[in-house]
Amino acid sequence: MESDQLLTYVLFTPLIGAMLLIVFQREHGKEIRVFGLAISIITFILSLMIFAKFESLNPGFQFVHKIPWITNLNISYHVGVDGLSMLLLLLTTFITPLTLLSSWKSINKKVKEFTFFMLLLEVGMIGVFVSLDLFLFYVFWEAMLIPMYFIIGIWGGERRIYASVKFFLFTMFGSLLMLVAIIWLAVSAGGVIGHFTTDLVELYSVGPAVAKNFQNWMFLAFTLSFAIKIPLFPLHTWLPDAHVEAPAAGSIILAAVLLKMGTYGLLRFCLPLFPEASITFAPYISVLAIIGIIYGALVAMVQQDMKKLVAYSSISHLGFVVLGIFAMTQESIQGVVIQMVNHGLSTGALFFLVGVIYERTHTREISDYGGLAKIVPIFSAALLIASLSSIGLPGLNGFIGEFLILLGSFKSPVLNSWGFAVFAASGIIFSAVYLLWMYQRVIFGVVKNPKMEHLKDMNAREIVVFVSLLIFIVWIGVYPSTFLNVSDRSTARIILQVNTPSPHLDLK
Amino acid sequence: MLNDIQEFYSILPFIILGAGILISVLIEMYSSNSECILPWFSIIIFGVTGFYSLFTVNSVSAIMQNMLQTGGIPNIFHFIFNFGAAVTCLISIDYIKKYGVYFGEYYILIQISVLGMMCMAGAKDLFMIFLGLEIMSVSFYALAGLNRKNLNANEASLKYFLLGAFATGFTVYGIALMYGAAHSTSIDSITAQFPSLSGNILFLAGVLLFFIGFSFKIAAFPFHMWVPDVYQGSATTIAGLFSTGGKAAAFSAIIASLSALFGGSLHIFLPYLAVISVLSMLFGSIVAIAQDNIKRMLAYSSIAHAGYLIIGLASGNRMGIAGVVFYLIAYTFMNLGAFGIVSLIEGKDETNLNINSYAGLSEKSPMLALLLSVFMFALAGLPPFSGFFGKYYVFISAVKANITWLAVIGVLSSAISVYFYIRIVVLMYFKESQSEFTVQYSNTGLLAVFISFLLVILLGIVPGSVINLISSFL
Repeated sequence: MESDQLLTYVLFTPLIGAMLLIVFQREHGKEIRVFGLAISIITFILSLMIFAKFESLNPGFQFVHKIPWITNLNISYHVGVDGLSMLLLLLTTFITPLTLLSSWKSINKKVKEFTFFMLLLEVGMIGVFVSLDLFLFYVFWEAMLIPMYFIIGIWGGERRIYASVKFFLFTMFGSLLMLVAIIWLAVSAGGVIGHFTTDLVELYSVGPAVAKNFQNWMFLAFTLSFAIKIPLFPLHTWLPDAHVEAPAAGSIILAAVLLKMGTYGLLRFCLPLFPEASITFAPYISVLAIIGIIYGALVAMVQQDMKKLVAYSSISHLGFVVLGIFAMTQESIQGVVIQMVNHGLSTGALFFLVGVIYERTHTREISDYGGLAKIVPIFSAALLIASLSSIGLPGLNGFIGEFLILLGSFKSPVLNSWGFAVFAASGIIFSAVYLLWMYQRVIFGVVKNPKMEHLKDMNAREIVVFVSLLIFIVWIGVYPSTFLNVSDRSTARIILQVNTPSPHLDLK
Repeated sequence: MLNDIQEFYSILPFIILGAGILISVLIEMYSSNSECILPWFSIIIFGVTGFYSLFTVNSVSAIMQNMLQTGGIPNIFHFIFNFGAAVTCLISIDYIKKYGVYFGEYYILIQISVLGMMCMAGAKDLFMIFLGLEIMSVSFYALAGLNRKNLNANEASLKYFLLGAFATGFTVYGIALMYGAAHSTSIDSITAQFPSLSGNILFLAGVLLFFIGFSFKIAAFPFHMWVPDVYQGSATTIAGLFSTGGKAAAFSAIIASLSALFGGSLHIFLPYLAVISVLSMLFGSIVAIAQDNIKRMLAYSSIAHAGYLIIGLASGNRMGIAGVVFYLIAYTFMNLGAFGIVSLIEGKDETNLNINSYAGLSEKSPMLALLLSVFMFALAGLPPFSGFFGKYYVFISAVKANITWLAVIGVLSSAISVYFYIRIVVLMYFKESQSEFTVQYSNTGLLAVFISFLLVILLGIVPGSVINLISSFL
């Protein structure tokens, strides 16, 4: 296997798997599930092979594969990974098999279509993280909407149609504005380079040289699209609906991976291509991030529905990530990268556990629960670890990310005020409040609901899924260097690109 | 007339089609089995003409005393018209039986209209454009009202005829004024004189009237009033032909005649084109949301697409024209596919045309639901289908011509239009079916829809080679 084609294999394996699904009969649910799981595990193993050969000391793009596609417009199939996308790629290929495993029993009708959409979604997600051509990035970004829309709409809850259409229209609106910005950037950069191009590597060398007024508008167009995805207050209203109505598996993948695409976009495109605009708008966007942290936490506190609570906690946690991005120091961006992975693992675990208990009781109302500790001890332990990881207890993964982001924001020259870090830190306290309070009401205390007395504890399959997440939750918490070292040079390069807005930066 | 044998080969497509028309008339008169023979004969004629045009695309020449151009862009248009008409005939084979009215004239009129379209696309003289326009339009008026006993069809035909004749009047008046200013109806001659004519008010008025007349044909706002009623009243397959072939022919005439206007600083008509483009896009997208009848919804979507196409004309550069041609190819197949599926689901006496009839289609007929979803996503402009690339090229040309604001409005209108395209997909997959009809399968219809589907996907995978081909002739 050629090493520069390895990335293409990772990208297209799920696609080939999805096409091969046509061969299966509709009724053979078990065979379809096994096949889907096998394909996603093969993809994960291939991405591990990339990780094994990945050189952490190299800040540039590795495993680059470039095939000219539409020569007339200089669009090529151009993919590659650097430290930033390496971790996110691993997160994607790791979470997908776990999601398929978690939905083994809960998705019963139209299993073939579900597996098909999940595999297509995986292709879209991987494509977004490894694309090095703006046009290719846009194609994958949009292509990912259709499977997610169907997953929410077919297998979701009662108001699924409302939620899925809202998700689709909201995201599409943002991305269409991004399309105009891409074309505009390509044309104006083309004036400097000499030919129209959407290739990221070429644009990196001249992007900052684009005129200041244009930079502001382009930055806003890109950021709007990413802000809808993250989601950043006040564009977050689609998230609670989408999460509540989506099936458990859909929520896991939505929270763990899809939301990261927005923050990845900010780091990959907005900061390096529009550094002056990023610095100009940093205080304002950080204010929105802080509002998101506090607002998300406060609303989470009063939720009765467990899934909605976790959804608002996502808004709150991702506010941290956005703050870290716009603090633009080495510590904060390293914190951002690790926090993206952490949030994927912790919130993925939380949604998975909510799904586990929902499968048994078909209710997500906190008031219906109470005293589960005696009935389902393994589940209670798992939920405790997931909650503590999300809160950011030292020793578990959440702490590393939050600490680095707070440290970076505190001394950030761009934000220039320690007020941001202080307000953000209060968010950590709030997250402890809502998560521990939820935990107490659900797990501790007296068993209020007699129907809960005969609940079965987590079975082997569910334990396997949780333990896989647990391994990384503890690993990142105790020895994060393994992962921080991967992204270290690449984040340093991003900072360099922001601080040195001049053309012809040598980035190979 | 024909100067040498070379010109005979150039004009072969027209001769084949013309001979085809005459032979079809004979078949209709003398054969008792014409109902079976005629559609396949038409398809063969269209296929031969279309592919021959495509294969001779590189031999550019002007014939008939410089009145007709063959090779290059006109041949690409010939291919669009013929292939689109072939797909229409393929769908019509079973649709005609459902529609309940059979006349041999149906296929003959389609052939005649395509001949008119080809004359328009290849025109190098203003009279050639008028000739083609009239041949196509009169055939269309008759095709719209084919079902004489149906009140809607009669209304459609009469509306189309009255408004169309009025619009053609504008066009002819415009031609007359242009002739008065330029002293010639030859397009080459007008192009050569263009720098000196551009200040001539007589000439400009002529061009404006010419544009207005064609704006009617391409269904641009505010000349769009006939579109919903005509599409709803005529047979579904014919509505498909109107929206694709008719629109493509009108655009081809504008490109053939007024390419001198595009490019360079003399783009005087930019305000006119920009205004009707914005109004068409926004009006089409917004009003389509309120529609209950799927044919009317597709009619308003067709108005919106005319708006996007005009952006390409407004840019006035090579990329804009190439983008318009590519968009027309993609649009022809997306729209034919959509109308094809509508015709498959339509029942006798025009039932099942309400949007709610599509509820739960994924259970009744998963293949049709999947195909229709692909066409809806393609019309909405989602990657990786070909509709997205068409819009992409057109928007790039707008940005290059410094009218980025037009691209922004185009993008916003696309966002609005996504709603009504997705609504169909939502109904098919997420809602339970309310009416108990079963879909009658038609092998030829399904084949036609499948061909359109393949082309929509194919153009999305290799748009580069097609765009290179088109650009090489500009």
